[in-house]
Amino acid sequence: MEHNEEVCGNMKPGHDSTYFWRKAKNSAMLIFSFVCVLLAVTPLILIFVYTLRQGIGSLNLDFFLQMPKPVGESGGGMDNAIVGTGILIGLGALFGLPVGILAGIYLAEFGHTAFGSLVRFFTDVLSGVPSIVVGVVAYVLVVLPMKHFSALAGGVALAILMIPTVTRTTEEMMKLVPQSFREAGLALGIPRWKTTMRIVFPTALTGITTGILLAIARAAGETAPLLFTALGNRFWSTSIFNPMASLTVFIFDYAKAPFEDWNRQAWAASFVLILLIFLLSLIFRLATRRQYEQH
Amino acid sequence: MERRTRRGDRSWPVPFRSSNGRRPRVRKVHNAGDFIFRNITRIFAILVFSLVFVMAYEMYMGSGLTLQKFGWSFLWTETWDPVQGTFGALPFIYGTVVSSLIALIISLPLSLGVAIFLSELAPRWLEQPLSFLVELLAAIPSIVYGLWGIFVMVPWLRVSVQPLLKKYFGTLPLFQGPAYGFSMLAAGVILAIMILPIITSISRDVLKAIPTLQREAALGLGATRWETTKLILMGARSGILGATLLGFGRAIGETMAVTMVIGNRPEIAASLFSPATSMASVIANEFAEATTDLYTDALIEVALILFGVTIILNILARLIVWSTTRRFAAT
Amino acid sequence: MNNTELQGVSATMTTPTPSTFSQENVLPTEVKLSARTIHAYFGKTHALRDVSLDIPSNSVVAIIGPSGCGKSTFLRCLNRMHEVASGTMTGEILLDGINVMEEDPVILRRRVGMVFQKPNPFPTMSIFDNVAAGLRFNGMHDRKKIREIVEKSLVQAALWDEVKDSLNKSGASISGGQQQRLCIARTIAVSPEVVLMDEPASALDPLSTAKIEELIYELKKTFTIVIVTHNMQQAARVSDYTAFFYIGELIEYDQTKKMFTTPEKKQTEDYITGRFG
Repeated sequence: MEHNEEVCGNMKPGHDSTYFWRKAKNSAMLIFSFVCVLLAVTPLILIFVYTLRQGIGSLNLDFFLQMPKPVGESGGGMDNAIVGTGILIGLGALFGLPVGILAGIYLAEFGHTAFGSLVRFFTDVLSGVPSIVVGVVAYVLVVLPMKHFSALAGGVALAILMIPTVTRTTEEMMKLVPQSFREAGLALGIPRWKTTMRIVFPTALTGITTGILLAIARAAGETAPLLFTALGNRFWSTSIFNPMASLTVFIFDYAKAPFEDWNRQAWAASFVLILLIFLLSLIFRLATRRQYEQH
Repeated sequence: MERRTRRGDRSWPVPFRSSNGRRPRVRKVHNAGDFIFRNITRIFAILVFSLVFVMAYEMYMGSGLTLQKFGWSFLWTETWDPVQGTFGALPFIYGTVVSSLIALIISLPLSLGVAIFLSELAPRWLEQPLSFLVELLAAIPSIVYGLWGIFVMVPWLRVSVQPLLKKYFGTLPLFQGPAYGFSMLAAGVILAIMILPIITSISRDVLKAIPTLQREAALGLGATRWETTKLILMGARSGILGATLLGFGRAIGETMAVTMVIGNRPEIAASLFSPATSMASVIANEFAEATTDLYTDALIEVALILFGVTIILNILARLIVWSTTRRFAAT
Repeated sequence: MNNTELQGVSATMTTPTPSTFSQENVLPTEVKLSARTIHAYFGKTHALRDVSLDIPSNSVVAIIGPSGCGKSTFLRCLNRMHEVASGTMTGEILLDGINVMEEDPVILRRRVGMVFQKPNPFPTMSIFDNVAAGLRFNGMHDRKKIREIVEKSLVQAALWDEVKDSLNKSGASISGGQQQRLCIARTIAVSPEVVLMDEPASALDPLSTAKIEELIYELKKTFTIVIVTHNMQQAARVSDYTAFFYIGELIEYDQTKKMFTTPEKKQTEDYITGRFG
């Protein structure tokens, strides 16, 4: 009895100093973590609010339909940048999607080997490479041989950035398809490759598409790799062999500029960009949750 | 003797020697379609696999001139003079490392606080939307951070924060000198905001992976929430380390936001208030304008260094994070 | 034990293996599908030992036994699906007397179809497309012919009346019992000679189960059917011949009536009378 009291003495609830300190530390932690949450969410709200405020004011129809005005003149728009971003993403998707999807299919159907694990590992490593480095590689691979900057080079850079996401999503979505559909196909006497492409792949397609949307959303927000591949273009151009404007580089140039009018336009462009990306991300989130519920 | 099928090769097995001694049948690919399909997809998988190596190779070849001319001294030369043709990466390496460290110092406690809140304290109805908000932070493009940084954060630093720091900590060389806003400090702060989501979400996942049983055991013994959490944190520490490394790796590679607020001066200074530079920034700012081949090669070499550092950090981080979540997935 | 000459098989069965029938006055008809000395493995686990079995044409053969005895494994060996889930096997499978182990399994599977335990209509396809799937993927493009075959298969599967007005609805939009009949229609649309069924009614309610059993009775006029079931009463209702498996071995194989009234082996008797399950 006495022994127990000695041992348990410190833990007896009641008017005890140790207990008081423990409670205090506990409350401190609760407060601290709540404060952290506030601090973390604040910049998000600030950025949103600022972009909204500054951006919406400058946003008008002209913005979307006009070309940039010469230096010094106020007004003008960014329609070449919007179209440029579209073309660049299109090129990136053209090069990156087939590679990513086919590699993902390989990993899902045949990737249970050591080689498969290696591919997976290096795909993850690839996704951690800074986008500016990818831009440098695209420069060496495309701009140097072509001897000038081009949308093509920008597309290659964006493709490399998209590939890890697309590969991983394709593999995961294909793996989610229950084995029984593969077996049903095979049992009908359908060859393996046809079963995979005509039955399994279409079943996984919704999920894969949402992964593609995510990859495209990220590519749309990239600036660094375009700075010396697609370079940027103040004039209207849709040729993929020439430099091309993009929304992100537009923001960069106009933000740095000493003209207030241009700065405003940078905010407007940011607003458009954020809207685009958030929309795509939201679709992705909603669609993936539904996908999981279905299975 | 047994010949096993290769595990990836599921439709075409090789039978064993059966008990009546028949020879194992030779595996034949019967279907041309399957052969083509498998090999085409395999080619693309090989392509993806080799991208990392191709990138390393191209950058290595692309920086030939400076590799030859400067060798290893490129890493510790402080001069960056395109006109004279002397190139050294030290200011950029310094800038990258220091700004990322500042980011880590600011962000780590905050991220952990948020992660703890999300995994231990928040009720489910709050945790989902809050996690979503934190992930939204990660979705904001770097350029938009940079824009906000130039027009909102830097003025705020210049007007409110830097004078305060100067007043109370001005004796330290860290906080001396003129404070115009565009500085190492600015880069550190904006990076902190940018890497917070990644450290938070991985830490939260790692914490959540620890079975509730352990928390219940601690609480059952009369521990407070904080004491229980400390225990859980201890168990999750290698996962959190991995998250930190990944966040650090992200900070190192960040380009646009840093370029726009760091001031872009290729010098090493003690004060956090002075303008600085980073590997990613110098490439972003100067690459398109590089006039000589040597200049371009120098920048490519900087990219190569950046590439190498990020890869190593990433590999380390992923190995650590994998091992933690897997350890707990088994229980 | 008497030897019975089985039509179409060149070698006479000299050993008293369970594949011959104990009653000499009941001659089995032509043998459709034969298994010879089948051994099946999952990695190192020896799942089936030395199983030999003859399946007569246009009959229903039930495979019974306690769980884990290898009945599904055996069934999946018959159309070489066992190999698909990383299993290995030795021995021979003879279809109409010809060994199919050397050939492309795809060809075998067009002649030997399979219905699975859990109904699995292809989710991205309509009811019509599900039934037509086997036809289309095997190269048939004649729209008229496809339509004819789809209707015929759905009729044979006793599903036509229920879905004829909603052929474009998703395959997954009908009830479980209907889905299983859809899978049966899909399987028979490619005109296989043998239909393997792996516990086709175990995931269904009693009404659907009864419908499927009726179906089997009709189908055996056109096809040869091998059905795995854990439900002995079902085996007794539905099959002409029954094979009893126990821990990877074929213990007894005989006409259903005889098996269930006067089984030869004690193990069979114990299982049938419920002394173990």
